[in-house]
Formats: sequence, structure tokens, C-alpha cells
Amino acid sequence: MKVRLLDIVHTRSGDKGDTANVGVIALRPEWYSVIERHLTRDRVAEHFADGINGGVDRFELPNLHALNFLLHGALGGGGTVSLKTDAQGKVYSTAMLRLVLDVPDDVARKLALPEFRA
Amino acid sequence: MSRIVRVAAGQGFWGDWLEAPRRQVEGGAIDYLMLDYLAEVTMSILQKQKERDPSMGYARDFLGAMESVLPAVAKRGVRVIANAGGVNPMACAHALQAAASKAGSASSLRIGVVSGDDLLPRLDELLDAGHTLANMETGEALSTVRERVLSANAYIGSKPIVEALERGANVVITGRSTDTALTMAPLRFEFGWSPTDWNRLAAGIIAGHIIECGAQCSGGNCLYDWRNVPDLANVGYPIVEASEDGTFVVTKHPGTGGRISFHTVAEQLLYEMGDPHAYITPDVVADFTTIHLDDLGGNRVRVSGIRGREATDKLKVSIAYRAGFKAVGTLVYAWPEALDKARLADRILRERLGNLRLEFDEVLTEFVGASATHGGLAGEIGDVPEVQLRIGVRGQDRATVERFTRELAPLVLNGPPSVTGFAGGRPKVEDVVAYWPALIDKTVVTTSVEVLTA
Repeated sequence: MKVRLLDIVHTRSGDKGDTANVGVIALRPEWYSVIERHLTRDRVAEHFADGINGGVDRFELPNLHALNFLLHGALGGGGTVSLKTDAQGKVYSTAMLRLVLDVPDDVARKLALPEFRA
Repeated sequence: MSRIVRVAAGQGFWGDWLEAPRRQVEGGAIDYLMLDYLAEVTMSILQKQKERDPSMGYARDFLGAMESVLPAVAKRGVRVIANAGGVNPMACAHALQAAASKAGSASSLRIGVVSGDDLLPRLDELLDAGHTLANMETGEALSTVRERVLSANAYIGSKPIVEALERGANVVITGRSTDTALTMAPLRFEFGWSPTDWNRLAAGIIAGHIIECGAQCSGGNCLYDWRNVPDLANVGYPIVEASEDGTFVVTKHPGTGGRISFHTVAEQLLYEMGDPHAYITPDVVADFTTIHLDDLGGNRVRVSGIRGREATDKLKVSIAYRAGFKAVGTLVYAWPEALDKARLADRILRERLGNLRLEFDEVLTEFVGASATHGGLAGEIGDVPEVQLRIGVRGQDRATVERFTRELAPLVLNGPPSVTGFAGGRPKVEDVVAYWPALIDKTVVTTSVEVLTA
């Protein structure tokens, strides 16, 4: 089943130099297992491939039902150097919400995940 | 042990809501008012102001904030801790004394002034002594940009703030203290936490992280259930109610707007987060994966379980240096086919810049309304009512950037149709100040505290 992040998480992002961080928090504690399993570093790197020129790091915070992603080379130099509207990565958080995961049907049903129909 | 110490956040950055400090002291009982003014770029701006006028170089908003809270400081014993000193904490303290004199309350102030973070006067001495101050991200030695350095400040921790409080200061003004130390220091002082009590120090740091951005943990800029966050017009800024054991409750004054819940606090915890296992500060390395949040309801979230470990032997140094010039200009194209018109305008402009042989380090075009924030992820956007063409250039030569700013307006008459939104005039050429993060041995940085009385 297709599940869009918009429907199962909320997010906040910020910057450190030319790196944007995106914190991804499950809307329900039991949905953390879905992002923990399926929202992999590679999946996020693929999602943002056109927007960043560095790598991606992923950290787990099960205590907050959350993952933290670092997107390196995401801010056009960062801070005052960057010419981008979102020079400080404030709304990278929302671009993450467009990501669509493939979750096995039985898991999705058991956890009552909302299905995404494009 | 049930004593509670309340630290209230009144400013999350320089430019934050002017009403917030007064509302924090008038809205209910608090012990400390914490005011955070400094961002990475702020120090270089303040350094430039100090070069023009040696009595400047601090966050001037602080004086207005203090005027609005002076009665609480004088009569109710509320203490204020602020990194408003920028690159000139002593001048900030003197300005505060002058303002308090005018208000007739100078005698009630004992102003603790923390200095020693400013490394600019010592930079060559430090480089000569073998401290390379290499860029943490690129590894380059500072000597490559030495001539262009505008400011250099070590991020200092809670120790000098604690010392100022021990010496009776009721207002503490620092330069480049870490944002989190401003909250942790009063807790360490009040509860007598040992400087090696890593778990409690980490709890104080995380309390600081939660409230250092002001209302961003109490419903402001909160994505979760954003439509239903109540009464943001009267948003309550956050307050930490701390206990000796390192646990604390995040809350806000009764009757204020906004919201404090698991979700608002969790979002703020993840803001600007790096490796959550190792949040490095001068005082302690805090582990964000140990934080336990209990949403108690009624805008109260209890925070417990926090663990920390010994700090490193380095301090982070924030260095700002001149890195050329930039300018950004915009034009708005209207339906029909607004995006295609904006794209054509961009191609024309770039061709003209090429014909003029103008060279830049970077030329960036964004189509606001179509792809500026999400790029290609936004997908097909359809025939939208309008698109803003936003084009920016950056380069080392001011005249070249200046010439770019003359090329935008002509497009109104000699480019694609249906264009408007140029009333702001020609784009402004700005100095680019770049940021150079480095590390230095802790032993090299000596802080000092002076306590001023009227």
C-alpha cells in the first residue's frame, strides 16, 4: 500500500551551515515502526537527489517516535552566502512530506495507515 | 525536595516579539527571564557597528526589553540573563545603567558582565601559537581568509554566568554564550549542581534548547495541527519549571495563547538537531535519545530521563569573514502561462549577462509559486495565477554585481508580457558575510566576570 508521509508524520527543519536537518515525528506512536523500517537513508537521499549535493545521515530517536535526517549540501552554501529563498532550510520539512512509502498491505491495515491515492 | 525554579524565555532571536519579555514577567511568577539575541550572522553585524562607534556592538533591543521589565527586576527579584552583549558586553551594561538611571531604578541593578569570548583581538597571537582554527567542514586553515575576518568568538558555557550570579548579579550580560547556557546556568546556580554532574547539566542544556527559540516550542511555527493552535495573537512564551533532580516541566502562563504539548515540544527538540546522541556544548555532551516526554495536559509537558556525559576539551569558535557581494531581484508574471513567461525572462536576462561578459560565482533563478521551495518535487503545477521570478547573483566584484541590478527593470518593457511587482526598485547590493566554524582548545579561552553597581 502507498502511504504518504504527509498523512503519518509531522516535521520540522533547520540549518547548520550548508546542511539542512529534517526531524520527522510519527503522528501516532505506533506509526514510528513504519518510518523506522521504511524511511531509510537511501530512500530520503533518492527523494532529495535533485536538491542536494552532499550525502544524507539518518539518526533514530525512538523516545520521541522520531527520525532525524541531515541533508548535506542542501542550502546553496548556507547562511548569508546562499541565494536561495529557503537559505536556512526552514521549509525542507515540508518537501519531506511529499515522500511516498511502499508499506506491506498487512502492516498498513494492522496499523490503520491512511492509503495514498495519487 | 520540591523547590521549583522557573526560567522564562523572553526572546528567541534579535528581532523577536518586543512584547514578550514584559508579558513573561507580568503574566505570573517567574524567577529568571532568559533573553537570547545572537545568531551566527549577528556577531559580524555587531562587530561592524562597533568599528563605526566603539560604544556600540550589542543588541540594542535589549534596552527596550529591560525598560519594560525593570519594575519586576527591582521589586520582585526577577533576574535577567541575556547574551545581548554581542561583541561589546561592557558597553551594553553601561547603556543599561544609563537607561535605568533615567527610570530611577539604577540602584536596584547589579549587572554581571561576562567577557573573554571575543577572540578577534587575539587572532594573530593564536594563529602564531599554532592554533590553526581550521574550518570544521572543509579542513582549510584560517590563514586563507585571515585578512577578511570580521569577527571571531568562542562559544562559552555556563561557568562565568554562574559566577556572576554567585556574586549577586541580578542582570547578567554575556557575549557569545551558547543559547542553552543562558537557561542551564541559573539552574546550576540555584540547585548547586556540580560541574561534573553530567546528567543534570545535560537536563539544563535540553531545557535551554527547548525554550531558546521562544514561542517555537509553544505553538509558533508548529506544523502539527496548526489550524487549531489557539490564540497565537496572544501566544504565551515558554517557561521551564525545574527541579533539583534535573526533571522539569515546560509550560506557559495561564490565559495566554499557543499550545504546549508532546508534539510542540518534540518539534522544537528536533530543530537544528545534528547527531542526537551527541549534542556538544562547552559544559556537557547531552544525549537527546534519552529524553522522556510526558504530556500532562493543560499545556504542561514533563521532561525526564536525560543523560549526559563529559564535555570535550574544545570550544567551538564562530568566525565571520567577508566573502564578496550579492544581489537578489524579483519580478511577478501573471496568468496565462505565467511560469513560461518567467522562464523566458530568465533566459533573456542570462543571455544579456553573458553578452556583457559579467562573471559571477553563482547565478540562481527560482520561480516562486512554482518550485522555489520544493524544486522538482512539486511536480506539475498547472496554469497558476502568478509566478514570481526571483534571480540572485553572487560574486567577488561589487561593480559586476551592481551592473546586474540594472538589468532587471528593463525586462518590464523589453521582455515577456504581463509583468508587474517591480515597485521596490532596483535590487540592493549586499555584502556577503560567510561563516567559518572552528574549534579551539578550552584552555586558551579565559572568561572573566565583572559586577557593576550604581
